[in-house]
This record gives sequence, structure tokens and C-alpha cells, in this order.
Amino acid sequence: MDFAIILSVLDATIRLSTPLLLACLAGMYSERAGVFDIGLEGKMLAAAFAAGAVAAITGSAWLGLLAGMIVSLGTTLLQGVAAISLKGNQLIAGVAINMLAAGMTTFLGQTWFHQGGRTPALGAGGRFEPITLPFANELAGVPILGPIYADLISGHYVLVYIAFIMVAVTAYVLFRTRFGLRLRAVGENPKAVDTAGISVNKLRYQAIIITGLLCGLAGAYFSIAQGSGFGNNMTAGKGYIALAALIFAKWKPVPAMFTCLLFGFLDALQIRLQSAQLFGVEVPVQAIQALPYVLTVVLLAGFIGKAVGPKAGGIPYTKER
Amino acid sequence: MGENGAGKSTLMSILYGFYTADSGTIRVNGTQHAITDSRHALALGIGMVHQHFMLVDNFTVLENVVLGAEDSGLLKPSLDRARQELDRLEHEYDLEVDPDATIEDISVGQQQRVEILKALYRGAETLILDEPTGVLTPKEADDLFRVLRTLREQGKTVILITHKLREIMAITDSVSVMRQGEMVATLETAKTNPEEIAELMVGRRVLLRVEKGPANPGKTLLEVQDLVVTDDMGVARVKGVSFSVRSGEIIGIAGVSGNGQSELLESISGMRDQKAGVVILNGQPLSLEGDDGAARARAAGLAHVPEDRQRMGLVTTFAEWENAILGYQDSPEYGAGALLDIAAAKQAATHHIELFDVRPANINLKTSLFSGGNQQKIVLAREMERDPDVLVIGQPTRGVDIGAIEFIHKEIIKMRDEGKAILLVSVELDEIRSLADRILVMFDGVIVGEADPATATEGELGLMMAGINNKTAPRGLGIAEQGPLP
Amino acid sequence: MSARRPLPRWADVALLPALNLLLAFLVSGMVVLLVGENPLHAIQVIIYGAFGYGDGFGYTLYYATNFVFTGLAVAVAAHAGLFNIGGDGQAYVAGLGAIVVALALDQTHWLLAMPAAVIAAAAVGGLWGFIPGWLQAKRGSHVVITTIMFNFIAAALMVYMVNRVLKPATTMAPESATIAVAGRVPQLRQFISFFGYSPVNLSIVIAILALIGVYILVWHTKFGYAMRVLGANPTASRYAGISNSKMIMITMTISGALAGMVAINEVMGVQNRLVLDYVAGAGFVGIAVALMGRNHPIGIALAALLFGALYQGGQELQFVIPGITREMIVVIQALVILFTGAMEGLFRPSLERAFMLFTPEQKAEAIAVSTTGSES
Repeated sequence: MDFAIILSVLDATIRLSTPLLLACLAGMYSERAGVFDIGLEGKMLAAAFAAGAVAAITGSAWLGLLAGMIVSLGTTLLQGVAAISLKGNQLIAGVAINMLAAGMTTFLGQTWFHQGGRTPALGAGGRFEPITLPFANELAGVPILGPIYADLISGHYVLVYIAFIMVAVTAYVLFRTRFGLRLRAVGENPKAVDTAGISVNKLRYQAIIITGLLCGLAGAYFSIAQGSGFGNNMTAGKGYIALAALIFAKWKPVPAMFTCLLFGFLDALQIRLQSAQLFGVEVPVQAIQALPYVLTVVLLAGFIGKAVGPKAGGIPYTKER
Repeated sequence: MGENGAGKSTLMSILYGFYTADSGTIRVNGTQHAITDSRHALALGIGMVHQHFMLVDNFTVLENVVLGAEDSGLLKPSLDRARQELDRLEHEYDLEVDPDATIEDISVGQQQRVEILKALYRGAETLILDEPTGVLTPKEADDLFRVLRTLREQGKTVILITHKLREIMAITDSVSVMRQGEMVATLETAKTNPEEIAELMVGRRVLLRVEKGPANPGKTLLEVQDLVVTDDMGVARVKGVSFSVRSGEIIGIAGVSGNGQSELLESISGMRDQKAGVVILNGQPLSLEGDDGAARARAAGLAHVPEDRQRMGLVTTFAEWENAILGYQDSPEYGAGALLDIAAAKQAATHHIELFDVRPANINLKTSLFSGGNQQKIVLAREMERDPDVLVIGQPTRGVDIGAIEFIHKEIIKMRDEGKAILLVSVELDEIRSLADRILVMFDGVIVGEADPATATEGELGLMMAGINNKTAPRGLGIAEQGPLP
Repeated sequence: MSARRPLPRWADVALLPALNLLLAFLVSGMVVLLVGENPLHAIQVIIYGAFGYGDGFGYTLYYATNFVFTGLAVAVAAHAGLFNIGGDGQAYVAGLGAIVVALALDQTHWLLAMPAAVIAAAAVGGLWGFIPGWLQAKRGSHVVITTIMFNFIAAALMVYMVNRVLKPATTMAPESATIAVAGRVPQLRQFISFFGYSPVNLSIVIAILALIGVYILVWHTKFGYAMRVLGANPTASRYAGISNSKMIMITMTISGALAGMVAINEVMGVQNRLVLDYVAGAGFVGIAVALMGRNHPIGIALAALLFGALYQGGQELQFVIPGITREMIVVIQALVILFTGAMEGLFRPSLERAFMLFTPEQKAEAIAVSTTGSES
């Protein structure tokens, strides 16, 4: 592979990692607070649809993004009512949210736009444009570093930069702020938080609100940045890969970034290659597709390290004995 | 002061705002307050050290202290201030803890200090401690009492919730006694004595002494040799225990709860893997490896009445008749081959209910709807009616009403007289003394001494339970190493 | 003492699910109203489409067959306290077993090919359930996460198998060779002309047998007893000498095998070849079916029929009312899962209170218990 190909694969890696990373960070807030979230996929899908639809109608990507975040937030709160207030099964709530989003987006898409579930293709303004960072063009000529800056680092959608900035923000919030301390505590031992005089449910709602907003960003990325308009089941299981990445990264922000980059890289690789040779043995593209899931299972099984999630995860908090 | 279940913890939880009272008033410094949540209680200067610590295991000491009492949105200033404050408090009250240690890495005694520091850091003037010594070694308990005395000298109010007389006499200035949810007396400690408090605590007690003849021990049925058992966290809880139980005798294991008795019971009955040692039943070593060890123990003739019937001995969501076969579900009498003979199971259940006078006598009723005593009878009937050689029984009367206690005690004696070997574990010293033919005292995972219930005084047993044995062996030696016993 | 009393059985198994279903329909109805259509008309169309004529009813039964299998798969696991979310993947890979046997035996007779394929599909589906079970039992990996992962691994595996292994050189489309007529599962229309051209086939007999089999397994065998003890109280099952790890592995295998029966219905009964994505989310419908059916075969049969009717009626719906697509059914299904599975807290407490007040024997019993049972 020559330099240009490597560069373009890495460029694709960044683009494909972005929604994973946003969703993964989204899940981190909720799961760190003790609410297991297998509904990332559904929230992203709902956001992707809302963003695509509103951007198509208003012609504004920013309004589309706003709509995506609002719808994702609403979906999250519905899940929250079930999983936090009504103390329902968090996993089942997640399954329901995923299914609800899959059904509603296709149904409303078809009923409103009559394009087989697609939202109308977005024109200029309805979709985010790549941002050229300062001096990118000027520096493009510099050997090696020039193309890396101009092609790899510069020239992405604003959401890409937001995603990577969010890694640092999340790490800061979780480990350097009062909110982060309480959030991590509530995922480990909610009773300790309660006896310290802090409302467990309120904290959990605060956490999932962030989850909802981040899922909104991730979903909007699909329909109004990477794509130009919403298509049926557009998130295609990325929410589950994000969940896998979250586990793989052991619920930590910086490892989450690297895991999402790895999974994004595998995705970029399988798009470019139909199959690869490894030590003379043909590796089918499907094997690369399945690799994130296999890796996560292997990690979960404790064959490489051990992924132990927040201790109170999955259990609704009840005050009574 | 009060017995288990007298309402001490509930009362204190209301003070701390964890539950709300149905009626009544609370006054702090003369002003009436309706304490609605823990934050409110903290603001009023009430701090609480719960029986089960409210700590986040993977946080540092400092983080746990700061949690909920942060100064600002950012953590750093709070942590810095807390570090200084902690340093001050540690010196003032002689409460040394490494602020950067992670909770899961420090000892239980240290964790308790963190809880006290938490309360002090929040400016607590009144400190409530709920059964603080239950989980401590005697050394740690001594340290705790030293700290509590310092607190008193510094002008703090300390409320100690306990059911241990010794602690009340040793450290308190005044004592209030609770019985069945009511405050029956408040006395000055200096002007009372243990006997008076004990009487207040239990009320006019139904005579606990059970009619029983002398034991008539036969051959050894259960033998335990050098048993080592670890808990779920991999910490050794039973550290080389050996003893034997003969047919026709009851061996009582006394001790403060948490000294390895639970793990000992679970190991002998096949619920927990043993790290080392052997359990010999009827001369045959039991193979208890794997997660179905309990089935092999039962097959070899061992019946087990567990300490916690609701968590282990019963499936409370099942109908009564379904619980009548729990543990014996694979027995041929409940169906040949793979099928379950429901009629046979129901018949057994009806039989059990008649024999043990379980009420209501309804085999189809969900088990959670029976009272504690009747639930216990369901378990006992199931385990006793199959004519086991050895009965291993933990806390037989915990949470059981007086009437049922007598019945249960009589049944246990009856089994002994039928020539069974019975191993009884109880934290109720009275129960052990009235039922057992020999008493072994367990402390910190080892058997620290043996006593004859007829001659041993409460004081001697209490000392042994605290890990001090003047009479027989030095602390830490198993019974096997002591040579012949008197 | 808290005065909360459990509901009488009929309310628990019938009234509560009915209320939740009603709520799901109400919300869906509002969505239909939102897009400017008449929900009552929609219901009419669904009911006619699903039950009104032979073809429609046949399709309803064909869908219901799949949902019985996946619903039972979820239910069996649930009795042991496991949430098998991987029915889709298990049903999918089971197609490999079904197609290999069917193609090998399709020159003989379906009486030979079908049972052999059932065993093969059960074995492969069972394996796909066993692995997460083994990982849970021996390595402590959460079965929910692993089964999700195994759904995706199955998808990748099947694309590879169909395209690279099973596809004959002469075919362009991603599908296996076609099963000869002699090896196909007979259609019910061959015996009962009422079913018209609908694809309902003899797999429905397997579904009925599976319902009966699961009933016997769960409530009339020692294994089922052990499974329920594990599901209700894992500590008690250890106390009872039940090997929890063994139970988890066997239960997940049975669960996967049941899901795998979808392959018989689809591969040998309908498509007559292995195509991509033939499971089409039936595994997830199974979650709704099991929740709705309270994990009981009778409930599952009824719930599967309901969802079969919704799926078939939904197809009809989009022809009759162009404003509504069949995805509306997925919405209803999601709402059923939400209300019956995750929002039980919505109706149960008030229903329990209502029963406390209005049935005298309940009231008497409650008083009796709260006075005698003054222990934690």
C-alpha cells in the first residue's frame, strides 16, 4: 500500500469512527451512572431521521442537528422513565427503544416524504460541509506532514472535531468535576450517594440527558454530515458496535477513543478491501466485519484482560430495604 | 440497646432521614425538625456510620470523604481542602487513614474510620454508629472505642446502636433500651448493671432452657479436618478448622457473626468450594468440588438448614409444595427418570405441613406469604423428614416467633435422641447453651476453644468469642493442635 | 408492614397484559391519527387481512409459526433467569444446518429430510446459544451482551457462507441451491385448500409440539424445576445442589435450538433455499411474544398469533391505506415490549391497590398476613 492509500484509509477511519465515538461516549455517561443502555442504536436512528427530515424541510443543517438532539433526548427520557422512575428492566427498555425507533422512522419517513422511507436529498446548507483548517492548503505541499495535516486532520465535518473534543471533555467531566465524581459513585454504589444526601434518580436523569444529546450528535452525523438525507435503518448496527467499544474500552474515555478508531479502521478496511491476504491465507471481508464483535466477546470472556462494568449497572435504585 | 429486630436501626435511619416517620417529632438542639432526607440530617449535624458501609469501593478515601460535600463544581479545590481537613481530623481524633488508598484495598476497620471521617468532615456533632463492632476484630473494636472516647472528650455526641451488653457497659454514659419497636427504659450506665439491661431488653422471657436428657454419643458421623474456605472475594474466612460430630450429640458453634461460621456451614454442605481440608461423612470423604457439591452432600446423608432461609433455603416466589422438594428434586420418589411427579411432591408437602404444624396449611400458597416462623418450619420439615445422618443447621430461630422457637428446639433435640449428628451454628449464645452438648467457639476463622455448656459461664464464652481464651489454647490455634480436651 | 399484595393470578396473566396491549394500541392509534388516518379503519383492515380469508389466515399462521419458536426461545431462557436477545442470530445460523441436510436428502422424501433437518437446525442454533451460555457460565460474560454480539457475528458468517460456500457457481443472487420438491416441507394448502397460496406449512406442527414440549419441560420435569429455581433464586439453586453453570449452558442450548426451528419454516417451508436475512427480526419479535405471553406456552401461542396477525394485517394495511406502512406493526411491537416489559410499574401498583380494596378475600388475606408475618 502506498502513502496515498494509507492516508485515505486513515481518513475514512476518522470519518467512520466519529459516530461510534459519539455514541460510545454517550453510553459512557449513562452506564457510568448505573443505567445500562442497549438503546444507543435506536436513539441514533431517531436522531438521524429527525435531523434529516428537519434539515430537508428547513434547509438548515444546524436546525437539523438541533432537531436530532431534541428527538434523541425525548427518546432517552422515555427510556429513562421506564428504567429509572418506573424501575423497569433497563435491557428490555433498550430493546423497546431500538425497535420503536426502527419502526417509527421508517413509518413516518414513508408517510411524510413518500420516498421509500428516505428523507429528501439535502442541498447545500442542509448538510454540514467539511471544514478546512487554517493553512491546510498552504501546507499540503510539505512532504509527509503536509498531506497528513491537509487530508487527515483538516477537511472533516464539524461533528468530527466535536467528537474528538468530547473525549477530553468527558475525561475532564468524569474525573475532575463534582458531577463526574457523583456520577461514577452512583454507578458503583447508589446507596452511598443517597446517604450522602444526593438524589440517585436525579443524577441518573442528568447522566442520561447527556447520553441523549450525544446520541443526537451521533445520529445527525449519519444523515446530515456523512450522508445527505436519512435512509432506512441508516445506523446499521453502529449503536451496538459503540456498545461493544464501550465495553472494550472498560468504560474509560481515552481508551474509548482508541477503540472506536480501531473499530472504525476495521470498517474502513473492509470497505476498501474485498479480501485480504494474511500470511498467505485469504481473510474474507466478513471476518473483518465481525472482528469488533469477536474482540469484544473475547475481552468479555476475560481471555485478554477483564471488562468489569460499573457495579450497580442494570439495577434500578430502590430506597426500601 | 436492644435485641436483633427491636427497631434500633429503623429508628436511627429515621433520624438520619433515610426513612420518614409516620408520626412523632424530632428535636435538634431544642428546635423541632422534620428530617426529610439525609442531606437535611447532615445539615443539622447528624452523621451516621451504617452497619454496611456506604462507601464506593473503587474510589479513594479522599474521594469518598468528599462525595456529596464538594465545595464547588471542580473537584481539585475540594480534594485539596479535604486533604488538609482530613489531616487535621486524623490528628485530632487519632484516626489514621491513607487518604489516597482505594477503599477495596484497606481493612474493614480502616473503612469504618473513613465513615467516621466522612461524618466529621461534614461537621457532624452527633454521630450515630449502627452495630459498629459486628464486623471488627477485637483489636479494631478497641481502637474504635478509643476513637469514640476521644470524640466524647471533644464534645461530640455519640449514639451507639448495639445488642452487645459489654460494649454498653464499657463505653456509654447512658443507655436506652428498645424492645419490639418501643423504648422501654433510659438509664444512666453507671447506675445500672448488665443483668438489669438484659432483662429490660428481652422482657419477661419465655424460658429458653429446653427439656433435654443427657447426650448419648455414638460413633463419629461428621468429621472435618483442617478445613480452609475463602469467601467470594478470595479472602480466607475459615482458616484450618477441625472437629467431629458423633451420632446422638449436638455440637454448637458459637461466635460473633462474621467470624467464618457462614463459610464453614456453606462449605460443609457443599455450597462453597474448600481450599484445603476434608469433610468426612460416615467415614467417607465427601467430594464437594464444583457447583453441585450440595447434591453430593445430600446424597451422602447430610441435610442442611441454611442460615438465611429466604436467600438460600427457599424460593419464595414458588408455591409451598415446590419448596418441599428443594434440594431433593432429583430423588426417585419425586418421579422416575426426567419427569417430576407433582402428586408425590404435593403429598410430601402435605405430610410436612401436618408434622410441623405449618400455618396456613395450604401447599399451594406462595412461600413468601408465610410468616418467618412458618417458613422456617417448611425448611426444617423438608430437611428433617428425610432421615439424614447429619443435620447441619444455621441460625435455626432467626426471625422466628417465640412459640415456633420452642417447637423448633424440641425437634432438634428429638433428632439428636434419634441418633443423628447435629452441627448447630448460632450467634444467639442462649440458644447454643441450651441446645448444644459441646460448644466450640469460632473466632476469626479458627476454633479458639471448646466448652461444656453445663459448666461454662457466659463470661468465659464471651471472652472466647472475643478471641481471648485463657483456659485452653492461645488465640489462633485450631482445636486439632490442642491435644486432648478436658 | 407494606400492604402491597400480589395480584390474583388471572389479573397477573390476563388483565395486566391486556391493559398494556390496550395502551400500546392506543398510542399506536394516536400515531395513526397523527398522520391523518383513521385508526379504527386501520384495525378493521388488519383484522380482515389477518383472519378474514384463507390466504390471509394462512399468512398469519406462517408468521405465528416463527414467532412461537423465537418466543419460546426467549421464554425458556427467561425461566432460568437469562435474557437471550440472540434469537435472531441463532435462527439465522440454524439455516446452515437445515440447508446442508435438506440439500443432501432432497432426493429422498420429506419424511426423512424434515426430521433430519430439524435435528441439524437445532444443533447449529443450539450451538449458537451454547457459546454465550458457556461464556456466561464459565467466564462470567454477560449473556445479553454476548448474544447481541453473536447476532452480528452470525450476520457476517452467513454472508460469507452463502456467498462463498453455498452459492452454486451458476447463480448470481446470494442464495444457496434450491431444495428439490421431494425434500421440502409440505404446505398446508396441499391438504387444506382453504389456505390458498399462503406459505403456512407443516412446520406449524413442530411449533405446536414445541409449545407442548416446553410446557412439559418447564413444569413437569426435574430439569424444568431446576431451571426455575435457578431463575428465581440462584443461591437457592446452589443450595439445592443444582449446578448453575450446567443449567445455564443447557438452557441456552435449548433456547438456541428452539430459535433455530425458524430455519425449518423459512428455509424448507417457504424459501426452499438459504437466502440472506430470512429471519427478518423474528428473534426480536420473540421478545415481545414472550413478555406478552408471560413466558407460558399458552400465552406465547396467543401472543404469537397476535403478532402473526399484526404482521400479516400490516402487509394488507399498506395496500388498502397507502398512508400507513407495515412498519406501524414494528411500532406496536416496540410499544408492547416497552409497556409489558419495561414499564410494568405503570399499571401494576395501582392495579394491586385496586384489588386490595375491592376483593374481600384478598383483603382478609392481606390483613391475616400483615398480622402474622411481622418479620422481614
